[in-house]
Amino acid sequence: MSKKNSEYLINRKDNQYEVVIGLEVHAQVLSESKLFSTSATKFGAEPNTQVSLVDAAFPGMLPVINEFCVKQAIKTGIGLNAKINKRSVFDRKNYFYADLPQGYQISQFKDPIVGEGKVILDMPDGQKEVGIERLHLEQDAGKSIHDLDPQNTFVDLNRSGVALMEIVSKPDLRSPDEVSAYIKKLRSIMRYLGTCDGNMQEGSLRADVNVSVRAKGSKEFGTRCEIKNVNSIKFMQMAIEYEANRQVDLIEEGKLIDQETRLFDTKKNETRSMRSKEDAHDYRYFPDPDLLPLEVSDEFVNELKKDIPELPDDKKKRFIDKFKLSPYEATILVSDIDTAKYFEEVVTKMGKNKDMKLAVNWITGELFAVLNAKNLEISQSPVSAKNLAILVNLIKNGTISGKIAKTVFELMLDGDKDPQKIVEEKGLKQQSDPKALEALIDKIINDNREKAIEYKQGKEKLFGFFVGQAMKASGGKANPQLINEILKKKL
Amino acid sequence: MSDITKQSLTELVKNIKDKKLSSTEVTKAFIDRSEKSKELNSYVTEDFTSALDKAKKFDQKPNLDLKLPGVPMAVKDLFCTKDVKTTAGSKILNNFVPTYESTVTDNIWKEGAILLGKLNCDEFAMGSSNETSFFGSVQNPIDKNLVPGGSSGGSASAVAGKLTPITIGTDTGGSIRQPASFTGTVGLKPTYGSCSRYGIVAFASSLDQAGPMAQNVKDCALLQEVISTYDPKDSTSIDFKRNQYSKELTNNIKGKKIGIPKEYRVDGMPKEIEDLWQKGIEYVKDCGAETIDISLPHTNYALPTYYIVAPAEASSNLARYDGVKYGFRAKGENLIDMYEKTRSEGFGAEVQRRIMIGTYVLSSGYYDAYYLKAQKVRKLIKNDFDEAYKKVDAILTPSTPSSAFKIGEKTNDPVSMYLNDIFTVPVNLAGLPGISIPAGHDSKGYPLGLQIIGRAFDEQNILNIAFAMEEKINFKNKITDWWIK
Repeated sequence: MSKKNSEYLINRKDNQYEVVIGLEVHAQVLSESKLFSTSATKFGAEPNTQVSLVDAAFPGMLPVINEFCVKQAIKTGIGLNAKINKRSVFDRKNYFYADLPQGYQISQFKDPIVGEGKVILDMPDGQKEVGIERLHLEQDAGKSIHDLDPQNTFVDLNRSGVALMEIVSKPDLRSPDEVSAYIKKLRSIMRYLGTCDGNMQEGSLRADVNVSVRAKGSKEFGTRCEIKNVNSIKFMQMAIEYEANRQVDLIEEGKLIDQETRLFDTKKNETRSMRSKEDAHDYRYFPDPDLLPLEVSDEFVNELKKDIPELPDDKKKRFIDKFKLSPYEATILVSDIDTAKYFEEVVTKMGKNKDMKLAVNWITGELFAVLNAKNLEISQSPVSAKNLAILVNLIKNGTISGKIAKTVFELMLDGDKDPQKIVEEKGLKQQSDPKALEALIDKIINDNREKAIEYKQGKEKLFGFFVGQAMKASGGKANPQLINEILKKKL
Repeated sequence: MSDITKQSLTELVKNIKDKKLSSTEVTKAFIDRSEKSKELNSYVTEDFTSALDKAKKFDQKPNLDLKLPGVPMAVKDLFCTKDVKTTAGSKILNNFVPTYESTVTDNIWKEGAILLGKLNCDEFAMGSSNETSFFGSVQNPIDKNLVPGGSSGGSASAVAGKLTPITIGTDTGGSIRQPASFTGTVGLKPTYGSCSRYGIVAFASSLDQAGPMAQNVKDCALLQEVISTYDPKDSTSIDFKRNQYSKELTNNIKGKKIGIPKEYRVDGMPKEIEDLWQKGIEYVKDCGAETIDISLPHTNYALPTYYIVAPAEASSNLARYDGVKYGFRAKGENLIDMYEKTRSEGFGAEVQRRIMIGTYVLSSGYYDAYYLKAQKVRKLIKNDFDEAYKKVDAILTPSTPSSAFKIGEKTNDPVSMYLNDIFTVPVNLAGLPGISIPAGHDSKGYPLGLQIIGRAFDEQNILNIAFAMEEKINFKNKITDWWIK
């Protein structure tokens, strides 16, 4: 399989540059309570209403690990085909900031809970494997609010102590498209597992993006810059595009690239320096003496393995093997767990005599169009899987034509109506009675004798005219296949 | 009832249970004496009015099944007490009133005790003389202008001066045992994980441990029984079978093997201390125990190791005192300026010194040479004890290399001050229990203590040895009540 067509290169005069990207994704653990306290984690709560004495770092308060968050991290590790470390250590990352009450973040530095793994991306020109370096658990900080008052900064500690998984990729990504596919795949896996809701608008998923460039074919890595805290796929792609070009320009000018941390300005669409390597914080990591090393047994991990649902890669394979979908169709249907669930429900509800292809087309065609237009998730679909299955079956068994089905679908949108009932109430049932259709066609041929003669003399395109007349006379309800057959016989 | 304050905890409990004394009488007696003892500066915060109210309430409906029925007690100001100011001896927490109670103090109140007030201590428990407290130095009841030791100096002074029948301190490197030794009282540092650290202002988390300070071993055992509980709120709390220390206390230590570590015979140790140690050896032999010479080869490295590990953890533990959320805040031009001013003005010199040491040893490029190496040495020190305990049941050493010194004598010489903890620090590094009991006097009449170190979770054994020795030693504290006018 050639990758030439989609290779992402930056061209300058005679030089071609390859872009090397690694991501540190921060995924908020889906959990009712925080990593080391029992405070709630609901999004959008009133400021400082989900803060315990531990979260606000009161004197003498101690962290106690939330076992559920540990389970979530291990499940995610399993989903990333990664090594689960039976012993991991929580470290303190020390720095001062107003929204960091302890003066340190509890994270995992040397011994993360999850080690190396991999993720498979489905790119248009084939599959690509991206290595996972590690996954570790850490606390989120609070939020500093600078724009409420000209003099003061306000601090909201609701997020302080919320559990995050930092998932570090190897520098295996080579283009903005691959980054997009990678994030989507991670999100998909975590949503299947129920370990992160992947909601980027709410900040549940954000990433630090490491970008470097090198001459095409070079084996050496270039100096990288880290773009901090980018919170949408589109911004990640824009930031990479800008940053890679900036670095290439520097090289072309014979300048050196400084290893530094940069910020992406979404308004100006550019990255700018935040701090250089020299100014980098010395975080003084050391094992948190308030917490014992985290030890998990094989049994503990094996129990969790039993809870792992069918993940997107396996589901895709099954859809292809069992339902005879194309890889393309399968990829679309499995990418989001709710879409996959919806599709599988449609399949179940269609019963024995089902038309898989038709179902896929209706979901990815009409349904997706409606969801897009109304900006809805499939879980909020105005048409239930059950009713869509009925609709597909009505087409499949000839009760209605595909064209009528579109009319019926429109009507179903209003309150998830049963298509069967719509067809009955509106009298949209397809006319499939040959005798009635023959009578109807006889009349049309009679009324258009001259055209019938022309057709017989060889003007074949008039056949369409007769089909149209017949459909019109039936109010669109005539079975088009039957019309064709009868017309051929009679003309 | 002028002799109430002279009674031991055990006697007070018995008299209250026998209804010979009411909680109000006892509480009033200790309040009266405390009122007359302001010169000792033992208290940071007095809670006398509230204490009397609680005592009266107790007497109205006394629950005499409790272990500390209506007994008044002042505690070190490192324990967070609900609605009562908790300062850790620091300006930075001078206005801090917790909304919560430490597990250890909660255990005490649940057994019927009544809070008298909060006792002075070195700032954030960093010190060996109680001179680093923002609230001033504390007088040792033994003699005027004598330090009571530290960091639990206020606690030791209050027990020795009988301002409280018993108290609790915390011990990170000797902060219970050294002041106990300096004041002629008994102090137990339990096994790490025995008493919950929840609600205790943290100094060095891997070393901090609360423990009882008392006039005698039996009182000490009773309080240990009350404060030692497994606590899921402290991840380092250990769920082991705890003894009924006071009920199981026995002076029968026949056949026990007591180790005498040669490395504790340090250069320049006063002859008085050496002699005391020898006397101690004779006492345990008199009790029917056997002494065995042992080696703890890494003892020499304990103090430098401690002064890396403890400041490292402290530098991080004290980062939360930043003026943002609670406590003292200085005005600043911006966030960084506010931090700098708050912490420069809010922390005293010794705390700042240790924060700087700790920050340094954790810094990139120095971590391996200092912190990591210290952790390795700590393991070796622990291994020394593990080896020793294959041969012996407990270890006997002096508690301190000298008796109490004068206020101001060592304030400008931190290293000489740090040397005070030379015999106590290894015990914290190894997480073991250690008890200091008064064993004699020096030529000035100042008390000297002996330390008994046990196996992990073997508090009962060292309490028993201490109990047996106590009988033989028959120590009498020479206190003249010089401060009472």
